[in-house]
Amino acid sequence: MVAVAHDESAYAPPAEVEEVELHHPHTFIGKYVFSQDAKWIGIQYGVTALAIGLVGLLLSDLIRLQLGFPNAFSFINPSNYLQFVTMHGLIMVVYLLTALFLGGFGNYLIPLMIGARDMVFPIMNMLSYWLFLLAVLILVASFFVAGGPTGSGWTLYPPTAILPGTPGSNWGIILTLISLAVFIIGFTMGGLNYVVTVLQARTRGMTLMRLPLTVWGIFTATLLALLAFPALFVSALMMLLDRTLDTSFFMPALVLKGQHLEYGGGNPILFQHLFWYFGHPEVYIVALPAFGIASDLIATHARKSIFGYRMMVWAILIIGGLSFIVWAHHMFVSGMNVYFGFFFATTTLIIAIPTALKVYNWVLTLWRGNIHFTVPMLFAIGFVFIFVNGGLTGLYLGNVPVDVPLSHTLFVVAHFHMVMAVAPVLVFFGGIYHWYPKITGKMLDETMGKIHFWITFVGAYCVFFPMHYLGFLGVPRRYYAMDALRTIPESAQGLNAEISIAALTVATVQLLFIFNVIWSYFKGKPAGGNPWRATTLEWQTAHTPPEHGNFGEHLPVVYRWAYDYSVPGAKEDFIPQNQPPAGAAAASHG
Amino acid sequence: MLLAIVLIILVLGSVLFHFLSPWYYLPLASNWSVVDDISHTTIAVTGAFFVAVTLFLAYCVMRFRHREGTQAAYEPESKKLETWLSILTAVGIAALLAPGLFAWAKIVDIPKDAQAVEAYGRQWNWMFRFPGKDGVLGSTDARFVSDTNPFGIDPNDPNGQDDILVSSSDLHLPIGVPRKVELRSLDVLHDFSVPQFRIKMDLVPGLVTRYWFTPTAAGTFDLNCQELCGIGHFTMHGQIVVEDDAAFQSWLNGWPTFAQTLAHPTGDATAGAALYAVCSACHGQQGEGNPALHGPKLSGQADWYLVRELKNFKSGARGTDEHDVNGHTMAPMAATLADDDAIANVVAYIKSLPDQPAPTTVSANLDHGRSLYENCSACHGDEGHGIHATNAPRLAGMSDWYLAIQLDNFRHGYRGHNLKDPYGPQMSSMAAMLTGEHDAVDLAGYVNSLR
Amino acid sequence: MLSPLYLLFVIVAVVFIWLLRQTVDVKPWVEQRSVESVPSGASFQVPAAKVGLGVFLAVATSLFALTVCAYFIRMMAGDWRTFVFPSVLWLNTGMLVLSDVAMRSARAAARRSEIERVRLGLAAVGLCSFAFLVGQFWAWQQLNASGFFGGAGAGGAIAASPANSFFYLFTALHGAHVLGGLWFWAATTSRAWRSTELARIRTSVELCTVYWRYLLLVWLVLLALLVPAVSELCRGRFLA
Repeated sequence: MVAVAHDESAYAPPAEVEEVELHHPHTFIGKYVFSQDAKWIGIQYGVTALAIGLVGLLLSDLIRLQLGFPNAFSFINPSNYLQFVTMHGLIMVVYLLTALFLGGFGNYLIPLMIGARDMVFPIMNMLSYWLFLLAVLILVASFFVAGGPTGSGWTLYPPTAILPGTPGSNWGIILTLISLAVFIIGFTMGGLNYVVTVLQARTRGMTLMRLPLTVWGIFTATLLALLAFPALFVSALMMLLDRTLDTSFFMPALVLKGQHLEYGGGNPILFQHLFWYFGHPEVYIVALPAFGIASDLIATHARKSIFGYRMMVWAILIIGGLSFIVWAHHMFVSGMNVYFGFFFATTTLIIAIPTALKVYNWVLTLWRGNIHFTVPMLFAIGFVFIFVNGGLTGLYLGNVPVDVPLSHTLFVVAHFHMVMAVAPVLVFFGGIYHWYPKITGKMLDETMGKIHFWITFVGAYCVFFPMHYLGFLGVPRRYYAMDALRTIPESAQGLNAEISIAALTVATVQLLFIFNVIWSYFKGKPAGGNPWRATTLEWQTAHTPPEHGNFGEHLPVVYRWAYDYSVPGAKEDFIPQNQPPAGAAAASHG
Repeated sequence: MLLAIVLIILVLGSVLFHFLSPWYYLPLASNWSVVDDISHTTIAVTGAFFVAVTLFLAYCVMRFRHREGTQAAYEPESKKLETWLSILTAVGIAALLAPGLFAWAKIVDIPKDAQAVEAYGRQWNWMFRFPGKDGVLGSTDARFVSDTNPFGIDPNDPNGQDDILVSSSDLHLPIGVPRKVELRSLDVLHDFSVPQFRIKMDLVPGLVTRYWFTPTAAGTFDLNCQELCGIGHFTMHGQIVVEDDAAFQSWLNGWPTFAQTLAHPTGDATAGAALYAVCSACHGQQGEGNPALHGPKLSGQADWYLVRELKNFKSGARGTDEHDVNGHTMAPMAATLADDDAIANVVAYIKSLPDQPAPTTVSANLDHGRSLYENCSACHGDEGHGIHATNAPRLAGMSDWYLAIQLDNFRHGYRGHNLKDPYGPQMSSMAAMLTGEHDAVDLAGYVNSLR
Repeated sequence: MLSPLYLLFVIVAVVFIWLLRQTVDVKPWVEQRSVESVPSGASFQVPAAKVGLGVFLAVATSLFALTVCAYFIRMMAGDWRTFVFPSVLWLNTGMLVLSDVAMRSARAAARRSEIERVRLGLAAVGLCSFAFLVGQFWAWQQLNASGFFGGAGAGGAIAASPANSFFYLFTALHGAHVLGGLWFWAATTSRAWRSTELARIRTSVELCTVYWRYLLLVWLVLLALLVPAVSELCRGRFLA
């Protein structure tokens, strides 16, 4: 372990920018319930997101039971199947992934990685968590109201979502929309913190280009969230009004099962435009932090600077900016103006270019590296493999004529699970194995970690790769059973069964991960301050776990970028960011 | 090293899976071969890229694993390499995109000589409309929709009078004729998709969307709704039958025009009384049903449903399965009704009979039945009165023993699997969820209790 | 018709181009040579709260611009009917203008360190803003009671015509932002009353002033869109 010491003569006090005002709680409630410490808020977000994520995982098991073994389980019927599908999607995308990457990793890592004591608006940060929890509770409440939760698909398209004949069209959809609105307000409060903290509270010497890519990823994702969530907010509000006060924002004149309804003039496609204006940036809100974290995992565990750091930053920014003009590739066959297809196909395929460059750079980082096969590194490499596969299938869906037969089928489901579910989830596991020692001072058990990795990685690939081929056959998504598909081969059902078995296996092994997290907290090997010998500031804190205020009496001063690994001529194969330059003063090492 | 080996196995396995997989695009049956061409190019390019990148990844994992004394290189960037990679990637992307844009231009440019047909979707079935001799589809509006005008055609529009209405989920088309499909929804979003034609477009209530194609192969193709439209989404099935022009014309001639449907006479109950005499033996003098002779209650049942089932028995769409013993007896009975007028007359008579709820004969768990019924109410109505628009008959107060048998028949495919039965398959799919031993009885008992 | 959307694209472009410009011409792996020239860590030499407000205004602009876009798109449907403008809206606008004036006077007083005048100004802001909100609520009531649109169903006036629906939506969203602003106004006012450090009062008042000006500008845009003459003009151009 390298002891972190500063040469006092090299210390330059922070001058122009005020330090974050810290709140010093003395009560249990102040410290652990209504905490204003971003580290604890990050843990609150993480635990809540993982808890609701387990519910989402259970729902996916139910979906796979029905698809793999149709009508074998009497507690699954066409009505609740749609509710499982909807809630699984909504929980995973919004309440697990977004909350975990931004609220969980973001809160914990951003102040530490930029050398700040905390977020710039701690009270608002604290409130943001409680609004998130409230949003989760409202969503869970929708399971228990009459009619149950909404079964309209996670995309909540009107008119279907608010009309009878769709499960949960009563209180279910109302509570879901309210939950989303509360979530968005909470996330705006959190997002303001993450963005302003990165812009304003970096310690001396921490220029934007010395930030680790984890911060770039989370920062850019937060910008996307701030600017894109309003679209979901206003469309949810308008749908709520259509449902409760009979307005016709999205509701055309329609005759439902022989009854003429009071609506008229509304435009269902307007909802889709608003939803996907949010929905496409949303996928990058999940992906960009994953990209950033994966870069840091690979660099640290291969002892090599990330290849092409500048290009990586530009790619994150260009992907972020472009993500606002690709949304209607989700709508090629929606009935929107067909000429939009030309524009959105072009922008979608353009956004593939910076994404591909990132993939090259991850692989080129491993090239001529010094690869340690720690559990975080295994997950990071698994991520690259899965992301290449999932990203490539996006090229099919982005190209309009090829999208036509594949849209609405299991090909889409396979694609988005690869890029949104498997790839980012591999990264978040890798991230947890990587930062757990900093958060708790203990190492997660390596054997359990490796078993967890192998089964999750290979298993998830076996679930979603074959699924693309069901999509080629034309098997639609959100179908309770396949009887109406008379021209597909019988063997397709067998494939469904195999996929289900793989999925149930992957889901079950997550219990091992949870056990590892809890067991290692008590029995894990002591980690020390910097077990991975990493350069970034969070590993250079005086105490592990870091104390309130993160860095002790003096904030660190940064002299170098985040990737001085294996620098030729250096004593160690890593140089921490706050280590002064060799010529400046006699540095002492403990 | 294990990781490298696994990566290589996964890559090679994926390639093998692709070439050996029997699960791929169904054989093309339309003019849109360009979609297949671009797909194949995309598979080749992305496949090659996937193999190259991941094999290189595996190589790096193997070659640059940590060993004693090794050190990583220090290489923050390489402008030259990154520039070349950017350019090559951009070229590859452009090579995929350009043909796609050209093909889309062909798809959105509907030829002037394409023959129109309207596909009209609603929860949870399809209907179709041809423009008739004038070649123009009549204008429509939701406010004109009614039981006698389910298509909502404007009765004052002369163009609509000769429109040919196909009130069935079976659409026939002549081979080789360019076809423009006008898509219209009555209620919610649906989607018109035929995998073999490589076509797909959503139906949006409030507007008309369209797509065009030319069927190039004869056969029967699935039409499946692909936009989630509620609980019956997975049962919203139609069929497209592509055949030669003569067969198509003879099929088309069997369907009425809009004007003809408006002029359709109602049945004569007095004439029907005489026809009903032969039915009363099993179904009761008052149409109340007779369990001992396996005749269910008919009084109070929707007339359109009775008409449909009598036609199904006549055509053999129902009652021919070897397990459907009682169904067998209905075929000769239905044959005593010589034509559609006879059917209309007898149904008119049945309609005039008094309607008493059928007595309860099964012992059912009503609470369980109620929870099961939540899946049925979307089509059959919350009170089980039946809904014409969803082709779902009345269940409330009808013979419980009969309902239980029919649910089992649907579940096992003794009823509803005959492809001539237009809505049976939908019921078969729904009934499949009744996996518990007592489910059918509990459900039948519950609906019988609805009054 | 898509002009609000283009505004959003401009905001996104500005943000991302600014960020890109921070990152070019920098080779971060070049080591820092001397300790003294260590750069400061902040991107803007202003208090964090100011940056926070700036970001929030971008978020709020996103919300309002998308709502206006939806308004324009909905306007094109055949069932559009001219909005019957509740007259109290003019009074409410006046209240909002007054609160903006009072806010600016409070700011001027804060800059001159005249704490009494700051308190007076803030009190006036609170009064006028609350009056605005009450007036908006009154406009809702006025429309609901007007009974112009019989057969409006359970929803009342809000469902009677799409223009009505948007009126309620615009005023609800804007009113919620005013309410949120009043929360911060309350914190600022309590600071001014307790006479905590002048620098903090000054910053808070500065921020509130910017926000109140923003709320007024947004309101004027929404008001203009509701005025029948303007909405008819827009509709005519979109349908042409």
